[in-house]
Formats: sequence, C-alpha cells, structure tokens
Amino acid sequence: MNEPLLRELVPVVIGILVRRGADFASAEDAVQEALIRALETWPDDPPRDPKAWLVAAGWRKFLDAARAEASRRGRELTVRVEPPAGPAPATDDTLRLYFLCAHPALPSAAAAALTLRAVGGLTTRQIATAYLVPEATMAQRISRAKRRIAGLPLDQPGDLGTVLRVLYLVFNEGYSGDVDLAAEAIRLARQLAALTDEPEVAGLLALMLLHHARRASRTGPGGCLVPLGDQDRSRWDTGLITEGVAILQAALVRDRLGDYQAQAAIAALHADARTASETDWVQIVEWYDELLHLTGSPVVRLNRAVAVGEADGPQAGLTALADVPPDLPRYAAVAAYLHERAGHLEHAAELYAEASRAATSVPERDHLTREAARVRHLLRP
Amino acid sequence: MKYLLLKHYRGGPTPAADWPPMDQWTPEEVDAHVQFMRDFAARLEETGEFVDTQALAAGGTFVRYDGEGRPPVTDGPFAETKDLIAGWYVIDVESWDRAVQLAGELSAAPGPGGKPIYEWLEVRPFLGESPALTE
Repeated sequence: MNEPLLRELVPVVIGILVRRGADFASAEDAVQEALIRALETWPDDPPRDPKAWLVAAGWRKFLDAARAEASRRGRELTVRVEPPAGPAPATDDTLRLYFLCAHPALPSAAAAALTLRAVGGLTTRQIATAYLVPEATMAQRISRAKRRIAGLPLDQPGDLGTVLRVLYLVFNEGYSGDVDLAAEAIRLARQLAALTDEPEVAGLLALMLLHHARRASRTGPGGCLVPLGDQDRSRWDTGLITEGVAILQAALVRDRLGDYQAQAAIAALHADARTASETDWVQIVEWYDELLHLTGSPVVRLNRAVAVGEADGPQAGLTALADVPPDLPRYAAVAAYLHERAGHLEHAAELYAEASRAATSVPERDHLTREAARVRHLLRP
Repeated sequence: MKYLLLKHYRGGPTPAADWPPMDQWTPEEVDAHVQFMRDFAARLEETGEFVDTQALAAGGTFVRYDGEGRPPVTDGPFAETKDLIAGWYVIDVESWDRAVQLAGELSAAPGPGGKPIYEWLEVRPFLGESPALTE
C-alpha cells in the first residue's frame, strides 16, 4: 500500500468534508477513522481511486457520528445526507489547515499533535509512539485542542510564525520508534513551501534539509553523540545539502531576511566545509551577528561565542561569552570547550563535569562526562 | 510481575566499593560503562522483560500545597544528605528471584579498570492494578 500517498490525501479530504458542510472537528475525526480503516483494508483490497474512497468513507463516518449526535440530542440531522457537489477544493484548504492546527491559541505540544494528525495524516497511535506517551493521552490532547479552536473560521489569515515554530519543534523531536518526526516535519515544510511564497518558509525548509543531511554522522556506535567537528563528513547527504543550499539561495535573493534563513545560512557554511578546519568561521560569525540583530536571543549569543572562539581564538570567544547569562542551558559546556582551547585544562575539566550534571538528555550527559574524563586524562595521563 | 530497579545518585547502604566520580575515569572506562547500560536494556528487550528505562537529572526540588490562593511552597535544591534517585528500569519478569538476579547483573556494570562497580540497586515490586482472584 502506498502510505505516503494516503497521508497526503488526509488534509485534502478534510478540506472536502468541510466544504460539504462538516465542521472541522467532526471532519477531522471522520477522516482519522477512515484513515485507520484504509490502513487495515487497502493492503488486501486497494481502491481504484484512493481519494474518492477516502472521501466516501470519511463522509460516511461523519454522517454516522452526526446521526448519533443528533439522536442523542433528540434533534433532526441538519447536514444533508447527499453531499452537495461543491466547488473543486483549492490547495488553499490545506494552507488553512496549517494555520488552524498551529493556532496561536494552542499550546505548542497540542498544535504539533493536531498538525501531525490533520495535515500530516498520521494516526493518533503513531503520534503517541513518536512522543512516547500513551495513546489515550495523545487522543485527549488532540480532542482538547480541537475544542479550543472550535468555532474559529477556517478562512482567516493565520499566523505563519506559529506554524513555522510548530514545524521546527516537530523536526527537533527527531526519531524514536517507527515514526520519523524529522522526516515528517520536512515533508510538511516542503508542502507548506509549495503553498506559500514566504522566504522564511523556504529558510526553515533549507535549515531542516541541511541539518537532516548530517543526521547519519551525528551519532556514533551505540548511539553516542558525535560533535560537528568530529563528524565523518563523507556520510553527509550531499543530495539534501545541494537542495537545501539552492532553496536557501533562492530565498536570500528576495532580500527579506529572517532568523530561519540566517540559521540556514550558518548550517550551509558548515555543510560547505569538506573538513572541519576548512570551515569559514569568519562568515559564520557575521551570520550570528545578523541573527543576534534579528532576535536578540541569549542562545544565539552563546552559539556566537563558540564561532568567535573558532574565528578569532579562544580568548576572543571567552570575551564574547562574558556577555551571555551563565544560567543558560549549555553555558557550562561552551565555557568548558573555550577554556580547554585556551589551555585552562583543570578549569575545563571541572566545567565539563558541571555541564554533564546540567545536561538535559542522556546522550548529551554521557558525551560531556566523557569530555571531562578526556581532559582530566590529558592532565594526568 | 513488574519490578522497579532504582538507581541512586546517593543514599542507600554504604557503597561496597569506593570509586571516584565518573568524570575522573578514563574516556574508555566511561565508554565501556555507557555501552554496558545500553546492552543491558537491549538484552531485556530481547528476553521480553523490558518495560521502561528513564534517567533523572540531579536537580529538582520538593513542592507542597500552601493553602488556597497561595502559590505552592518549594524546598530545594536538595540537601546533600538526601537520598537521590538517578533513574530506573521497569522490568516485567516471572519472579522476585529473577528481578533480584537482573539487579545483580546491572550492579556489575564496569567502572575503573573494567571492574564491577558493585552499585547498590533498590528493587521494588509494583502493586498490581487488579485484585488477585481468591474466590
């Protein structure tokens, strides 16, 4: 069965049901049920016209639910049983779904889940697996989100910034179990880029592609973390890099810079270096300056200190670090790295150990513990 | 039957061996230890006994209700003397003996010089969800 095709049809079919008079929440539920049915039956009995099958099955599920609801309330069913012909659905329907599912009124975790279901065509179970929560929890999260946005019109201009943030969050969840959220986020960003003409959408897509290109090299044997400088660059996906760079360049010439484009530019400069020592750190610092100008974010300031350390030497990096609030996550890790390069090994080892205690993930903690051990070993071989 | 194997940052009986903190091991010793932990989980999955494993950060605080309309009271960071949980495995095994056996294996994780660290692990049975049929 062609599952990717099936999933691409989900937002289209939701759009069709809404045009036929279903409200978004019911249409979305109906299509989810039809999707689960399709996943069960299509492998043995593939339909000739998958879209028509899904529309028919979704509409039937919707009517069943509407009838049950009407009888529960002792009312007449107000939706016509025979669907009106209706205008051909526009691709705008899908774009509106992005805006609705990632509505600013929703908490980001709920927006991500709803987007993955209604736009991405994932089942509740798949989303639950990906986020490592029970299926009932995820189902509840999604239905609460739908109640929250109930009654919001589907045809209002949405907040693109929120949509991009949600896709970025999904991308960063990465990979656990059998659902690849990073790949899914890329698919959704690709689709969004085709529906809009915003350089920042292209910027986000380019950023994802350039990061994704390095994924295989980012973990070593047994899942340990491999930092950028130590990665085997022959394992980088040159196809994704080429595509990401082309998308970024086309966006940059539009001359409407935003932070995703700037981040993608930094990722592109890393991707461009055949060895770590060939990295154009001077240009990377310039992009961090742009990014800092755009966002004023302390996290950017922290990453900039690393780049300054590479471009102008560790002492300059430490000076740049002096402007960064020390309570920031990863501050100790960055400080450790710069102090090690500056030759302050004793201090660097202590900072690596401190950073490992402050780490927010197991691979990061293990990596930093190992770095502390490595530097201590340099001191006392 | 489900059991919790609790790892502690501190607390529990007096350590059977006095190892330095992990950041003072050699990088190879750290690698071997981390690898052992991964293999342990993988082995449990293979035998169909694995349920869950999680690690906890050392930071955190105590929290309690402080009356209507008042924000919760916090008491933290944790005192140096507090028993501190580092993480756990949840296993689903045939018997108490099997749980103890697995905890023993986990406690043999390699430390400096590749020697077992003899870590104390706390083994706790879960209370079941449904009452046993006694009628």
